[in-house]
Amino acid sequence: MQDSAVALAKKLQSKEVSAKEVVQDLLPRLEKTNEEINAYVTLLPDEALKQAEEIDGKRARGEALGPWAGLPIGVKDLLCTEGVKTTCSSKMLENFVPPYDATVVRKIKDAGFIIMGKTNMDEFAMGSSSENSAFFTTKNPADHTRVPGGSSAGAAAASAAGIPVLNLGSDTGGSIRQPAAFCGCVGLKPTYGRVSRYGLIAFASSLDQIGPFAQTVEDCAMLMNVISGHDPMDGTSLSHPVPDYLKGLEGDLKGLKIGIPKEYFIEGLNAEVRGEVEKGIQTLESIGCETVEVSLPHTDYGIAVYYFVCTAEASSNLARYDGVVYGHRHMDATDIVDMAAKTRAEGFGDEVKRRIMLGTYVLSSGFYDAYYLKAQRVRRLIKQDFDQAFQKVDLIVTPTTPTTAFKFGDKTDDPLSMYLADVFTNSVNLAGIGGISIPCGNDSQGLPVGLQLIGPALGEEKLLKAAHHFQMAHGG
Amino acid sequence: MIGIVVGILEIWTRKMSVTRDEVQHIALLARLELTGEEVERYSEQLTAILDYSAKLNELDTSAVAPLFHAVPVENVFREDIPGNPLGVERSLQNTARRKEVFFEVPKVADGS
Repeated sequence: MQDSAVALAKKLQSKEVSAKEVVQDLLPRLEKTNEEINAYVTLLPDEALKQAEEIDGKRARGEALGPWAGLPIGVKDLLCTEGVKTTCSSKMLENFVPPYDATVVRKIKDAGFIIMGKTNMDEFAMGSSSENSAFFTTKNPADHTRVPGGSSAGAAAASAAGIPVLNLGSDTGGSIRQPAAFCGCVGLKPTYGRVSRYGLIAFASSLDQIGPFAQTVEDCAMLMNVISGHDPMDGTSLSHPVPDYLKGLEGDLKGLKIGIPKEYFIEGLNAEVRGEVEKGIQTLESIGCETVEVSLPHTDYGIAVYYFVCTAEASSNLARYDGVVYGHRHMDATDIVDMAAKTRAEGFGDEVKRRIMLGTYVLSSGFYDAYYLKAQRVRRLIKQDFDQAFQKVDLIVTPTTPTTAFKFGDKTDDPLSMYLADVFTNSVNLAGIGGISIPCGNDSQGLPVGLQLIGPALGEEKLLKAAHHFQMAHGG
Repeated sequence: MIGIVVGILEIWTRKMSVTRDEVQHIALLARLELTGEEVERYSEQLTAILDYSAKLNELDTSAVAPLFHAVPVENVFREDIPGNPLGVERSLQNTARRKEVFFEVPKVADGS
């Protein structure tokens, strides 16, 4: 493991290293590793060096700089970056250059972070393996024959490989936590509304949330300090004050009650994953946590609810790609309906089309009540499960995924089997609460296992503290 | 009313299959031109996904209100003060075809 971002920031602050030296040290490593794992859609080496020189200049002149100025970071390619292509790993947006920055991008720029590039993903964040990227797949740094997970595939792979350790991703049904588990890094999906979604290219607006990747929980806490908070540009962002998450890591876990939901330790759970997570739970107990069994009885319905809700919202959100204002356009259309239909046929990949079709179907006349409304009713039951559990416990612990990383091609013929890879993460998005995946040992093939901690709404402080102390005690 | 209930019950209980005609209809609503092979494949795959999801009907949700947003949200109002819009050029920078300060598209309606 290389320097954490927090440790590197101390060296930058004390002028032990310059930002330019940090970038010059990282770039050859980043480019070499990226050739092997294809984490990035767009690399920004010249811009990164220029930005580093500016920060060094400011520091030399004694100008005000934030504590994290000069730290390199990667950005998932669905967060708008002014003047830098933002593709969503889709042919539809292959040449899209946003005229503005997403709020999180503006925040990290203002704090002096250096953006190294834009990371690969499943097209429009729909997928669990990077195999839906219109450009190329990203390889799992732990085993190049296996998927890194998705949809934040490049972000997780880059963090795990340290190119660089900090990355921003997004999570709609597990797209931060599942790839973090597969690649062996830390990934946090914050409470819905904790981080502004302005400038995040929308997939499912009631589920999407931006969050950090890193190798340490401490680095995730640091990045949460930077990106959290209310934003007038996002009406769903929460106005609750942002605590100092780094400071919140201090202390110990004595008396913390952690629930173990029996519905997550079921037949489909791989035995080795189960074994590693059970060892992880013993570690939590050894550092003062009290564990009790809890029940989340509607867990088994999560996938069905998720795929109706997210596809319905996606079919509406993606209606904007009609070739008129931005994105790909079919140029030989006879009329505007023909232009939209051909533009979308050419610009979208198979999974995106399938989800638009399913979403349009469940919203269409005659099926709306039976599918869409039914799903939203069961969504309330899923949320109530969590509400009831959190009356008894502070946090919940589960495996992040039922298996370790699978091989490329294993699930591409069967969309439903791919959807089931998110069985332990979907419900957290449906309930709007937070979850974090932390490395928790390896299986016998050396593949990373992820342990997921789930917290109540706005429980990030507790979540990060428990995850931090777990990581310190459990290692890896 | 009874008719609607019976209709919903029929949809819930019959083994769902999405026919090729339904796929074509949905594709038109979604403005997606599909190949014959795609129509065939989506018909099978949507049917499989709906079959799997039929498990939702095990639950009686007649007394459960739908949850559209997990976090309570309300309308957000602000004063109507002019801000800093993108401006014409930046708004047009990503379009495939423009004419002067407009997005140019094929004819939308018949001239009659």
